[in-house]
Amino acid sequence: MSRLWGWLLAGLVLVFGWWRRRGPEGEEPERLVARTSPDRRAENAVIALFGLAALAAVAFMIVYALDDGSRDRTQLYGLTFGACLALIAAALIVLGRRLMPYEEFEEDYPEPEHPDEQEAVSQIIRESGSGLTRKRLLLTAGGAAGGALGLAALTPVLSLGPWLQTDSLYDTPWQAGRRLVDEHGAPLHADAIERETFYTAFPEDASQDEIGAPVVLVRLDPRALRLPPERALWAPRGILAYSKICTHAGCAIALYRSPLFEPTAPQPALVCPCHYSTFDPADGGSVLFGPAGRALPQLPLRIDARGELRAAGNFSGPVGPSWQGVRGERPT
Amino acid sequence: MSSSRAFARAALAALVALVVPVAPSQAQPSIGIVRPGDSASLSSAQLGAELFAGNCMTCHGVDGRGVRVPRPGVGDVRGQGPSLRGVGALAPDFYLRTGYMPLGEPDEQPKRHRVLLSEREIRALVAYVDGLRPDGPPIPTPHPERGSLSEGLQAFTQHCAGCHQVVGEGGVVTGARVPPLRNATATQIAEAVRIGPYVMPRFPRSQISDRELDSIVRYVLLTHHPVDRGGWGIGNLGPFPEGIVAWLLAGGLLVGVCVVIGRRVRG
Amino acid sequence: MSPNPAVRFIDERTGAAPLMRKVMRYVFPEHGSFLLGEIALYAFLVLIATGIYLALFFDPSLAETTYDGTYAPLRGLRMSAAYQSAIDLSFDDRTGLLMRQTHHWAADVFLVSIVLHLMRVFFTGAFRRPRVLTWTLGVAMLFASLLEGYLGYSVVDDLLSGMGLAIGYGVAESVPLVGGNLALGLWGAPFPGDQAFESRMFIAHVLVMPGLIGALLTGHLALIAARHHTQFRRSPRQTERKLLGLPTFPAQTPRSLGLLFATAAVLFALGGLVQVNPVWLWGPFELAQGTNGAQPDWYLGWLIGALRLMPGFDVTIGDYTLVANPFWGGILFPTIVMFTMLLWPWIERRATGDRAVHNLLDRPRDAPGRTAFGVAFFVWVVLIFLAGSADRVYVFFDLSYDGQIWFYRVLVWIAPVAAFLVTRRICRELQRSDAIQAERERAEREAEQALVVKPPPAPAPAPKAS
Repeated sequence: MSRLWGWLLAGLVLVFGWWRRRGPEGEEPERLVARTSPDRRAENAVIALFGLAALAAVAFMIVYALDDGSRDRTQLYGLTFGACLALIAAALIVLGRRLMPYEEFEEDYPEPEHPDEQEAVSQIIRESGSGLTRKRLLLTAGGAAGGALGLAALTPVLSLGPWLQTDSLYDTPWQAGRRLVDEHGAPLHADAIERETFYTAFPEDASQDEIGAPVVLVRLDPRALRLPPERALWAPRGILAYSKICTHAGCAIALYRSPLFEPTAPQPALVCPCHYSTFDPADGGSVLFGPAGRALPQLPLRIDARGELRAAGNFSGPVGPSWQGVRGERPT
Repeated sequence: MSSSRAFARAALAALVALVVPVAPSQAQPSIGIVRPGDSASLSSAQLGAELFAGNCMTCHGVDGRGVRVPRPGVGDVRGQGPSLRGVGALAPDFYLRTGYMPLGEPDEQPKRHRVLLSEREIRALVAYVDGLRPDGPPIPTPHPERGSLSEGLQAFTQHCAGCHQVVGEGGVVTGARVPPLRNATATQIAEAVRIGPYVMPRFPRSQISDRELDSIVRYVLLTHHPVDRGGWGIGNLGPFPEGIVAWLLAGGLLVGVCVVIGRRVRG
Repeated sequence: MSPNPAVRFIDERTGAAPLMRKVMRYVFPEHGSFLLGEIALYAFLVLIATGIYLALFFDPSLAETTYDGTYAPLRGLRMSAAYQSAIDLSFDDRTGLLMRQTHHWAADVFLVSIVLHLMRVFFTGAFRRPRVLTWTLGVAMLFASLLEGYLGYSVVDDLLSGMGLAIGYGVAESVPLVGGNLALGLWGAPFPGDQAFESRMFIAHVLVMPGLIGALLTGHLALIAARHHTQFRRSPRQTERKLLGLPTFPAQTPRSLGLLFATAAVLFALGGLVQVNPVWLWGPFELAQGTNGAQPDWYLGWLIGALRLMPGFDVTIGDYTLVANPFWGGILFPTIVMFTMLLWPWIERRATGDRAVHNLLDRPRDAPGRTAFGVAFFVWVVLIFLAGSADRVYVFFDLSYDGQIWFYRVLVWIAPVAAFLVTRRICRELQRSDAIQAERERAEREAEQALVVKPPPAPAPAPKAS
């Protein structure tokens, strides 16, 4: 046998402890493990499986060594490594079923409880405290110290964020006069906004990457609008802007349902892909379907002297999902 | 026992009552294509006019003027449909080659279907509709090889993925089924973007230039064979088919292994 | 008669030979269903091993960078360093994608096996005294693992998981009275949150949660060993006092090791052959973008179903929003599920008055009330889970989405009741047929004995042992 096989065998022997105890005259002492009849075929199978597993592992290493990145080898890695593991699994299962002694062992369940020990432990606790005259007060003081320590230990967690201050939920980067720009920063002309499609706009010179920033722009026939009276001037030439963040759970409203022929298709609507909350742009963003509990906040628009779109104020309500104070104020 | 049988019957009835409104609908006309008997001898213009009269006029009106108020027509269809004057060759080419048209009922969602018209018939109808009014848009000729994949991914995610799913596997918009794009040709993609069929938005050149459209087309064609570096793509839908594999494939295999291991060893 | 040198080595230094003997002869029940929990344990080991590899490559930073790597459609796009490190790992590291996918499959399968194991434990009554604490630790591990998985796929900052984080933020905000504070506290700022949120998720995912799950797991395993496994009553020798089965060594060891390697084999094979979470296809997360068909990983699918089923309303008192809509599906529903599972041992104790110690398992039919409730509860959760797939069903089978939602809204309340009644009936029928069978066998035995007692004209055949 080569050295390698010798070490392998020694390892196996170490793990499975096949050496038997012998008495002084070579007689066997009482057996602790049941007898099992030899099964050379199973042994051959196990050896073969281990051998194949070794080959699979070597194959994995060869693939790795030859992989120069020109082709993707992920499938080969998975096959070789997985095969190695599967072959070892098969070897172990055959070993367990055919080569290990089958013993049906009996064992007593441990005692459900130990009344004597319980009593002894309780007694130790009792007698240890026998010298105390004001146990309750001591325990209360200890509890107070522990509780206060616990609270103190938790206090630094407050630094993670503004736990106690929710005002920032009302903030948006929009204000009266701010220009609308596309994702590249180019201003949007009212004339470029066509009907039957939708656009995404951001506030100029402000962060695009916050929940109050993106708006979705659509243009409808002004005669089809049913906005509340206080918003009569919010949609110049029928161009409407709504927060692009759904008021249900905060996904981006990335769908626009725009009928080619209104009489035979559903009306125009802004739809969220997460839970399909559906909002009516003609009606101030009211909810037509889905789990959203609040209309989509609308951004008032105006068209400046150069024909570019600007915000005429902040949203009609706070943007994003609802929280306890969401109906409290308008963003400023 | 009769009580359990009655219960089963009631349960079945309730199930049917719940399921029927949900059942799928048929979008193609039940009567098929109405053809003139001597179509081989007709000129292209005559063929176009005859086909239009037999299959389209009910909903799209005489001379393609559209029908705004539903009125009875061919078969038992109550016709209603948009005007086709000025839609050029772009729209009829799209709708006829995808099988979206002819439509069985005016308020059904058009769906991709086996095309029942021959190539000659399609050309004749396209020419007829194109001729209803001059200067309508021609059939587009996209050049995906001139487009950029990364620009296409960005534009597609921005304008299209919300409905069509980021690798074009289709999806849902309230009230309509958004089709997967795996059968869309380059021309059909370009046409659909400019038409905005059914409830899809209509993207004009001012919003998506021809050059950007080339990139979008190139990207969508890529999604027909996405880079599935990780192996079997299982639909490129994400967690939905992944869960099925985890339960049925992995779970099944491993439970099987437990069964094999757990079997009683004979002596 | 010299002892094994390795054994001697260990015993001289630790005195552990008596313990080794005891452990070697600890008895495991033979039935294959006891191995389901082990699948979870081995999946957890694969998660740790592959996770360590991934953590050495992943960059949990939201710093903006421009991609210039192997995957063409992403070239030139702005993305976070975190997303880029995941792409680089998938495309430029030779075994990176294998490790990423094995890790993800291991998480999915970890939860599959926990659910299977939990069902086995529940339907056989293994959670009863003295194993209630074991059950509690198990349920805690289940919910900790749900959070751990969510954090794990969310750190990658791709479009799909980013949408999932937005929903998490919306759900946090919907907690009555304090939701706004909670969401702001966790995220550090209004969504998408503080820059540090990414690395906080990462630390929670690689350190805090694995430590927690590991501690719960250790307690769980220690309690099992301390009280010993339960067993099915397959032979009369098995009683509440006597456990019959296979000793740890040598019989159980190759079984368990074999399962370990089989689990690892399935996971690595999947990791190489079946694609999972191809983040390069989704693109980087952008706040103003979304994709249709976005779903959480399967084990959170029950929550998306619940969120989609709710009709649209916030509960308000004047200007004060008391209950925002996502609360019902995102907080109340999972809380009810969790507490029902946690408190079930006590609920059952109250309902049946059974406070005894149980080491023998029930067959499901032996406890009709429990089995019926379990099936009904399962049907309820699974229907809500299926409702979350209604959009894909619409695309595949053309069944109207709105129609399906209404269908599920009705079915999720009717079907569990029906399931309860039907299951209980079936259990009782099975019990009755068991009793009849036992009666028949007893009558046959008595008849045979009567034959033996009569003076036989011919020798009677030996009574067959049944």
